[in-house]
Amino acid sequence: MHEATEAVNTTQLIIANHTLALIPLLPLIGALINGTMGWRLQRRFGRLAVGAIGLAMPWTSFVLAVAAFISLAQQPSGSILLHSVGNWFTVGVLKVNLAYSLDPLSGMMVLIVTFIGSLIHVYSLGYMRDDEAFWRFFTYLNLFMFAMLTLVLADNFLLMFVGWEGVGLCSYLLIGFWYKDLANARAGMKAFIVNRVGDFGFLIGLMILFWGVGGTFYNGHYFPGAAETFSLTFRELPALVGLASDKLIWGMPILTLAAVFFFVGATGKSAQIPLYVWLPDAMAGPTPVSALIHAATMVTAGVYMVARMNFLYVHSPAAMTVVALIGAATALFAATIGCFQHDIKKVLAYSTVSQLGYMFIGVGVGAYWAGAYHLLTHAFFKACLFLGAGSVILAMHHEQDMRKMGGLGRVMPLTRLTYWVSCVAISGFPIAAGFYSKDEILWQAFNSKALLVPGYVPWAIGLVAAGLTSFYMWRSYFLTFTGPLAVLSGHGHGHDDALAAHGSDAHAAARAGDSHGASAHGGDAHAAARVGDPHGAPALDAAALVASGAAHDHSAASDHGGHGGHGHGHGQPEEQKPVVTWVLLVLAAGAVLTSLLGLPVLWTGHAPVLEHFLSSVFVAAEDLPKVFPHGEGHWAEWLLMVVSVGVASLGLSVSWWLYRGRTSDVPARLLALFPRVHDWVYHKYYVDEGYQKTVVFAFMGTSTISDWLDRNLIDRAVNLVGALMRVVSAIDGFIDAQFVDGAVNLVARIVHRGGVAARQLQTGRLTSYLAGATVGALLLVVVARFVLDIVH
Amino acid sequence: MVTVGLSQFLSLAAVLFALGLTCVVTRRNAVAVLIGIELMLNGAGVNVIAFARFGGSIVPGSVFVLFLIVLAAAEAVVALGLILAMHKRLRSVDLERTETLKG
Amino acid sequence: MSIPDLIFYGVSLFVAVTAAYAVFTANIVRAVFSLLGTFFGVAIIYGLLAADYVAVVQLMVYVGGILVLLLFAVMLTSRIEAVARSNRSGGWGMGLLVGVCSGVVLVGLAFSAPWKKVAVLSQAMPTTEAVGEALSGAAFLPFAMAAIVLLGSVIGAVTLARKSGEGV
Repeated sequence: MHEATEAVNTTQLIIANHTLALIPLLPLIGALINGTMGWRLQRRFGRLAVGAIGLAMPWTSFVLAVAAFISLAQQPSGSILLHSVGNWFTVGVLKVNLAYSLDPLSGMMVLIVTFIGSLIHVYSLGYMRDDEAFWRFFTYLNLFMFAMLTLVLADNFLLMFVGWEGVGLCSYLLIGFWYKDLANARAGMKAFIVNRVGDFGFLIGLMILFWGVGGTFYNGHYFPGAAETFSLTFRELPALVGLASDKLIWGMPILTLAAVFFFVGATGKSAQIPLYVWLPDAMAGPTPVSALIHAATMVTAGVYMVARMNFLYVHSPAAMTVVALIGAATALFAATIGCFQHDIKKVLAYSTVSQLGYMFIGVGVGAYWAGAYHLLTHAFFKACLFLGAGSVILAMHHEQDMRKMGGLGRVMPLTRLTYWVSCVAISGFPIAAGFYSKDEILWQAFNSKALLVPGYVPWAIGLVAAGLTSFYMWRSYFLTFTGPLAVLSGHGHGHDDALAAHGSDAHAAARAGDSHGASAHGGDAHAAARVGDPHGAPALDAAALVASGAAHDHSAASDHGGHGGHGHGHGQPEEQKPVVTWVLLVLAAGAVLTSLLGLPVLWTGHAPVLEHFLSSVFVAAEDLPKVFPHGEGHWAEWLLMVVSVGVASLGLSVSWWLYRGRTSDVPARLLALFPRVHDWVYHKYYVDEGYQKTVVFAFMGTSTISDWLDRNLIDRAVNLVGALMRVVSAIDGFIDAQFVDGAVNLVARIVHRGGVAARQLQTGRLTSYLAGATVGALLLVVVARFVLDIVH
Repeated sequence: MVTVGLSQFLSLAAVLFALGLTCVVTRRNAVAVLIGIELMLNGAGVNVIAFARFGGSIVPGSVFVLFLIVLAAAEAVVALGLILAMHKRLRSVDLERTETLKG
Repeated sequence: MSIPDLIFYGVSLFVAVTAAYAVFTANIVRAVFSLLGTFFGVAIIYGLLAADYVAVVQLMVYVGGILVLLLFAVMLTSRIEAVARSNRSGGWGMGLLVGVCSGVVLVGLAFSAPWKKVAVLSQAMPTTEAVGEALSGAAFLPFAMAAIVLLGSVIGAVTLARKSGEGV
């Protein structure tokens, strides 16, 4: 470990690099190609062409990321790779560059995102094979990769915000991928809007930070910032933030406010209380989406952001307390809900919310590397769990209700193995990585004196949640893989929570038109490359093949589980094709192997690999007050480890007792004993309904009132003006027609009449001419003689 | 010798002229118009002779009136020719029928 | 008033009456014959004014020539009874007005203008010789011009009176 220094940047070595910008750029190019030409490519060259482009980009980004990572690892500790493409904009003292940087934290994130992202692209090749909108899926996936990589690699806040917004957008696009079903579209909208609320908090935090640190006009005076130019980069900010640590606004420290608002943004993106409500509904998207975005990457953006801003949070114990406590509360809260869900994906969704809560406990108490470590391990085992659930769902013909599953362990051994490994990981047994990361977090929480509450408060909450985690994860395992083999019956309704209003056969029947005809599917049923096709085995007879092929077609297009298989009633669930199972194996291996990165100092004598690697990023956190500041208290650490394992075992045992083999009737009896409790928890404490009645109602009410005002007052005013204009123009027209035209006509008429009159002179008769001449002559004479008196 | 003054002769000439003018302006028959013209010319002639007589020598006046008469005759010839042409074309000498130049 | 004056007034009256009759009668033949009387009267007036040559020429040319010409015109062209007297526009009113006005003005001029007169009228003498001398002397040019004009008028009249269709 190096000495703690106040100004982090003086020890940083910045190395120019020229390939970092390519890492997010390549998926963007892939998205553009597939977005503009994808449907044409799919029609002419088949799905393989689209998939090839969609896969090539993330894998290339992964290769580039590995290369950059290796290059960084060879540098002395504290170095940063920086690729500055150019100046984005300059406004006043603010000079923002389009710059990408790689330091240990973002290096870790980039590897996670590109590796797991690329694996899920491969998985999607098989999973989305039957979907007509295959090209659109890969477009959105690549677009998501672009946004997430921009977020992670960004060198400054504004570029990170671009990525932040981008992942929100892609989340919406992907959740509502099967948009023809209104419920999916609604889920997408819910995700986007809730995210937006969070983003608003992020923006406020950013503005407060900018205002407090960068110099501002206030009360007519200019308060200069710390630098001549100010660029909101993460390299500059730590020093500047230190200078602003005593500034107050309305009596509150600026840094605390900024940190809390940033955390609001994180609650939106990472699904913490109170903005977690979108994540369970997001299960309406295809399973690869759930795995990628809502397990491994997007939801971790909030944790990444807080970890990035560690230099800000260490200045504010209040903000750290907020983060840690909300993380703990969310962990417990979500864990309780997860205990009673029937839909396997929902269980995993709440599990994700709960584990994210752990990560926030970690970064909240100041154990930033621990939070990041849990992020890493969680990415692996959660992705593995989701993809395994996807495999199960496919095998069950899109049945997602665990009550209808069972005994799949016998027929799907690989899925079962990987799922088992992941459950071990998440529960926190020492043989897989989850134990190491979760335990580190709990130990650091206990050890922390940096909060306004004692450290054991988040520790205790986290411990209870760990027990519940173990319980419900093993419950899902036992319900799915043990007991009597499930019978694939028709008309399964995957979930029956508030979303399920659409589940109906009529709906799925209408779907039949979307995908290929059953005959085409049946014809292809034996194509070797078909992934996710449960009918590959020749044991099934042709009728079942065709019938289940039809059901598969519908349901492949609607993975949110509302449409179970339709009336085939034949066949058994089967293990998936290798394309699926290999990905599962890789992820499960990762879940185990990443434990090596975090072996505690207690066991090995030196600091864990990851902690050492990330230490340069989290320098500011080294001086936080601890209960055992100098690494003593080993007895406490051992004790806590034992307690954690004990709690996990307790959860496993209860779950074993209740659910193993699916034979016990205790669950049913307990349900009968506590119907109201069950009801309350099962319906997620009616939080969604509460939001609906309060926030949504308020907004809809406001918008209805605004609409009424607009239509009745403003539109009426506008129409009134319009009517006035019409009146004015009518008057104008009248004036024009009558007076102006009249004047013109009058002139014409005068001329005409004058002409008519004058024409009388032209009688054509000589005699009148003579008369006229005579009269004229006479007049002359008269005038001359009698008037002018010309006398001769 | 007459003791009537110049003015009386002039007024006689004036009356002749006025009557001739009335005839020209008023009548529809082309021959009547010719008559009127002759009357006017006669009036003019009386005028000239009167001026000549009362102004000294009668001779210049005589010469003048001689030419006047000759020219009156020439003009009457041409007028007759016109009238005959008109009569040939229009079958009538009514001046009302010659209004083609009417504007 | 002496006898020449009486003659003057009588002849003036005769001239005026016949002229008026020529103007106002509807019968064109009568108008022409009344014009004959007017010409005679004018000739007498010329005589009263000691212009004997002119009086004779008047008789010869006007009465003998022009009047005959008018008679020819009348005979050749009109249905005697069938021509209306007045014009359509203005009617008698306009014509009378013009005539009366002009008459009044001229008469007024005649009486009011300060004419340059000789104090004593010269002796009446035969003028024929003098006129002849003037015509071949001082007034020779107008004489020749008049001849050309007469030629022109004859040619014009012949041309006018040709049959239609041969070009006017």
